[in-house]
Amino acid sequence: MSDTNKDIIMAEAPEGISGAGFFATSLEKVIGLARKHSLWPLPFATSCCGIEYMATMGSHYDISRFGSERPSFSPRQADILMVMGTIAKKMGPVVKQVYEQMAEPRWVIAVGACASSGGIFDTYSVLQGIDRVVPVDVYVPGCPPRPEQILDGLMRVQELAESESLRRRDSPEYQALLASYNIK
Amino acid sequence: MELTHENVLGKIISTFGEENIWDAFNPDGILTITTNRETIHDLIKYLRDDKELQISFLTTMCGIHFPGQGDKELCLMYQLHSLRHNYRIRIKVFMPASDPVMPTMTDLYATANWMEREAFDFYGFKFTGHPNLTRILNIEEMEYHPMLKQYPLEDQTREDKINTYFGR
Repeated sequence: MSDTNKDIIMAEAPEGISGAGFFATSLEKVIGLARKHSLWPLPFATSCCGIEYMATMGSHYDISRFGSERPSFSPRQADILMVMGTIAKKMGPVVKQVYEQMAEPRWVIAVGACASSGGIFDTYSVLQGIDRVVPVDVYVPGCPPRPEQILDGLMRVQELAESESLRRRDSPEYQALLASYNIK
Repeated sequence: MELTHENVLGKIISTFGEENIWDAFNPDGILTITTNRETIHDLIKYLRDDKELQISFLTTMCGIHFPGQGDKELCLMYQLHSLRHNYRIRIKVFMPASDPVMPTMTDLYATANWMEREAFDFYGFKFTGHPNLTRILNIEEMEYHPMLKQYPLEDQTREDKINTYFGR
């Protein structure tokens, strides 16, 4: 057994005023900190990128270190929709339905070339990127991307979650974005 | 009776006449004949019901597109199999692209239902008498028949897939 205390990195405390026995900061920063370190992914894996994600979940790359301990195979408690693999046009409505069933706040990562742009499948049956049906926050390039790249995409979403204002989802820009996708 | 190409072709021609059966050859060991849309339904029924032939299994049926071939632009290909004699036969019907109408085989083989729906989906063949001629594989909103190659290959709205990136 190693000295485990050396391996543990504590999360940085947000900006605030500290004194003897108290620490004061804004509610937004505390919630951002909590959200950042508890992003539960919903893996929507259809092809090879899904296999890379399985490696990411494994002990070597260990996505659980980032607080993504539980891959939620249901929209119920999920924060990130991770679309990994080719999405055929017939599958598009399913992706959209899963996204609609997730509760706010929710983020989307398009993992790999197919989910981002259709990839090499420039053909009549394949959706040319999931941003045709749902808004995407982070695109992970690669065909397929290595687990490190998927972790990097997750860390980008962590930055978004940490710095996002609590009111962003109520903003007219965000409402207009969802309306452009016909999501109520 | 041993089924050979000569026997089978002789029986078919003596039944349907030389004017309805032509271009017989065996490119890969399978007897291949060409017929017309007036004969095809009776021919397949005859192959199924004939006591000697017993070619009673529709292995597959699909469309073929030959761009720029005029009256032979579209083709429907039937492959049948005699399980009794382990004998296969291939039948082709050519037609111009302006007139993709064929009789349905659903009254002979139930499996032709989905095969013909697929041929309609991808090539636009109209099967007269088919009980439910709708798309089977592609999305219903699709406005073209993709295997006819009459649609733009590129997704015209994107900037990230221009030829430069693909060495074209």
